[in-house]
Amino acid sequence: MPFGHLLIEGLAMGACYGLFGLAVVIIYKTSEVVNFAAGDMAMFSTFVAFHVLAVYGYPFWIAFVMSLVFAGLLGVFVEFFFLRPAKNPTILGLIVITIGAQLLLAGVASWKWGAEQQAFSIPFSYQVTYEIIPGLVISQWALAVFIISAVIMAFLYFFFKHTKMGTAMRATQQNKHAAKIMGIRTNRVFAFAWALSSVIGATAATLMSAKTILDPQFMMEPFLRAFAAAVLGGLMSIPGVLIGGGIMGLIENFFGYAWPAWKPITAFVVIVLVLCIRPSGLFGKHYVKKV
Amino acid sequence: MGIKRTYYEDIELFSSGTILFWTIVLLIALFGAPFFLSGYHLYLFSIIMVHVIVAVGLNILVGNTGQIALGHAGFFAIGAYGTVLLMTMLNLPFFAALIAAAFIAAFFGFILGLPALRLEGPYLAIATLAFGLAIMHIIGHTQIFGGRQGLAAPMLDIGIPQLGWSWMLFTETSLYYLILIITILMVLLAVNILKTRAGRAFVAIRDSEIAAEVIGINLTYYKTLAFAVSAFYAGIAGGLFAFVLGFFDPFTFNLILSVIFLVMVVVGGLGSVMGSVTGAALITYLMYDLFKNVNEVPVLGDLILHVSRNWLSAVGSMDNFNMIALGLVMIGIIIFEPLGIFGLWIRIKKYWKTWPF
Repeated sequence: MPFGHLLIEGLAMGACYGLFGLAVVIIYKTSEVVNFAAGDMAMFSTFVAFHVLAVYGYPFWIAFVMSLVFAGLLGVFVEFFFLRPAKNPTILGLIVITIGAQLLLAGVASWKWGAEQQAFSIPFSYQVTYEIIPGLVISQWALAVFIISAVIMAFLYFFFKHTKMGTAMRATQQNKHAAKIMGIRTNRVFAFAWALSSVIGATAATLMSAKTILDPQFMMEPFLRAFAAAVLGGLMSIPGVLIGGGIMGLIENFFGYAWPAWKPITAFVVIVLVLCIRPSGLFGKHYVKKV
Repeated sequence: MGIKRTYYEDIELFSSGTILFWTIVLLIALFGAPFFLSGYHLYLFSIIMVHVIVAVGLNILVGNTGQIALGHAGFFAIGAYGTVLLMTMLNLPFFAALIAAAFIAAFFGFILGLPALRLEGPYLAIATLAFGLAIMHIIGHTQIFGGRQGLAAPMLDIGIPQLGWSWMLFTETSLYYLILIITILMVLLAVNILKTRAGRAFVAIRDSEIAAEVIGINLTYYKTLAFAVSAFYAGIAGGLFAFVLGFFDPFTFNLILSVIFLVMVVVGGLGSVMGSVTGAALITYLMYDLFKNVNEVPVLGDLILHVSRNWLSAVGSMDNFNMIALGLVMIGIIIFEPLGIFGLWIRIKKYWKTWPF
C-alpha cells in the first residue's frame, strides 16, 4: 500500500474518530458527564437506518434523516430518564449510569436485530478511488468523510458563536448556577446537548459502518478509540478532539499496516503514555484544584 | 453506626454480639452447604465466592481510596493465567503458584497505580480501561498463553507433589471448601486492612487528597499500595477462577467483566466490605442463574417470551436480557440508592432504631 493512501485513509478514519469524539466532548463540556453510552447510542441509530432501509425499503437519504431524528430523540430520552433523576451523582455514579445505558441499548439492539452481521451499505464506497495528484489516491468514502466533517465543524462553529442556544450552552459550561440566574433553562440546555451529541455520533457511526460490518458490537472499539482521541485532545476543546482523532487515525493506520495483530491496542498504549506526560490531554487546560 | 468511645471499639472485628451471631450462622450454612446442594449450585457458589474476593479487593480501591478502576478483568486474567502457567511450566505447587501469580498481578497494579497518581475521574477511567483491554489482547496474541484457543487448568493438587506429598482435589465439593476457606481469609484480611494505618490513609485520600497530604500521608505510597492490594485480590480470585472453570480463553476476561466487577461494588455499597460481599453474591446470582433462565420464572418469563416473539427477533436466547437487566440495575441503583445495599441496610436500621419517630 502506498504511503499516500495510508495517510489519506488514516486521516479519514481519524476524522471519523474526531467526529465521534466530538459527541463525547459536547456532553462533557456542558454537563461534565462522560458518556460511555455514546457508542451504543450511535449504533442503535444506525440500526434504525438499517431497519428503515431493509424493512420499509425507503431510499438511503430518507433512512439516514430518519435515523438522525431518532438519534436526537434518543439523546433527549437518555438525558431525561437516566441522568436527570440522579440526585447529586458522583463522577463514578455518572460513569455507572452511562455504562448501564450502554449495556441496556446493546442488549435491546441484539435482541431486536440479532447478534449476526447485517448487510448495510452507504452510497460512498471506499473501493471507488480518485487520483487527484499522481501518487495521492483518495477514495470516495474518504472524500465524503472530509466533506461531512468540515460541514459539521463549520456548523458547530457558527452554532456556538452566533446562535442563542450555542451561547447558552457556553454559559452553562462556564457556570451552571450563574447561567440559571441569567434565565437560561439549564435542563433544556443539557437535553439539547445530548440530542446534538447523539446526532453527530449517529452521523459518524453511519460513516464508519462502511469500513466495518454492522452488528450490535460494531461501535464498541471505535467508541473506545474515539473516546481516547477525545482524551488525547483534552476532553474540553473542540479543535483538540479533531486533532486527537487525526493523530489516532494515523497511528492506527500506520501501525496497523506494520503489525496488524497489535492494531487494537497501539492506540491505547499511546493514550496512556500521553496521559502520563500530560494528564489533561494535549490541549486541555490543567486545573489545579483549590482547597 | 454507634458512637465509638475507645480505640479498641474501633478495631474490634465484631462490633456487636448480633453481628457475631449472624456471621457464625452464615459460616455454618456455607460449610454445611455441600451436604444439601447439587453440583450445579456448588459451582454457582464457587463462582460467587471468587467474585466476592474480587469485589472486596476492588472495593478497597474504588470504595475506600476513591479511585475509578475499569480494568480489573486484566488483573483477574493475570491471576488465572499466571497460576496455571506457573503450575504447568515451572512445576510449582498450587499455593506457591497462586501467591506468586497474585504478586505478579499486584506488581502490575503498582505499575497502573503510577499514572493514577496524576490522573483522576474520566482520565483514570480510560487509562484503567485501556489496561484491561491491552491485557486481553496481549494474552490473545501470545503463543505461550494459548492464544485465542485458551488454556486448560491442570489437575488441582494442593500438596507439594515435588516433595512426594500429594493431595489431589478431584471433586467439586473439595474445590468448594478450598475456595470457601481462601475467601474467608481474604475477607478477614480486607476487614483488618481497613482498620490499620494503611486503611485509614486510603479513606483520607478518598475524602480529600490535599488534606491527606497535609496531614502527612504519602500519596505516592498509599495510592500505588491501594492499586497493588486490589490487584492482589483480583489475582488470587483469578487463580481460583481458573480451576472453577477448568478451561478459559482471553475473551472470558473482557471489558464487560470489568464492568460487572465495578457494578458489584457499587450495588453492594461503596466502602463497605459486607456490602461488597452481598453485592457480588447478588449480581453473580442474577447474572449466572436467574437471568439466564428468566424464561422459567413464572409470570415474568412468559411475558418476556411473548414480547420477544411478537416485537423483537424470534431468537429465543435470553443472553440479551441479561445485559438489559444489568443495565437497568446499574441505572436504578444510582438513581434510587447511590449507597447500594449497604445504604439500604443503614436506612432500615435507622428506621427501626428510632422507630416511632
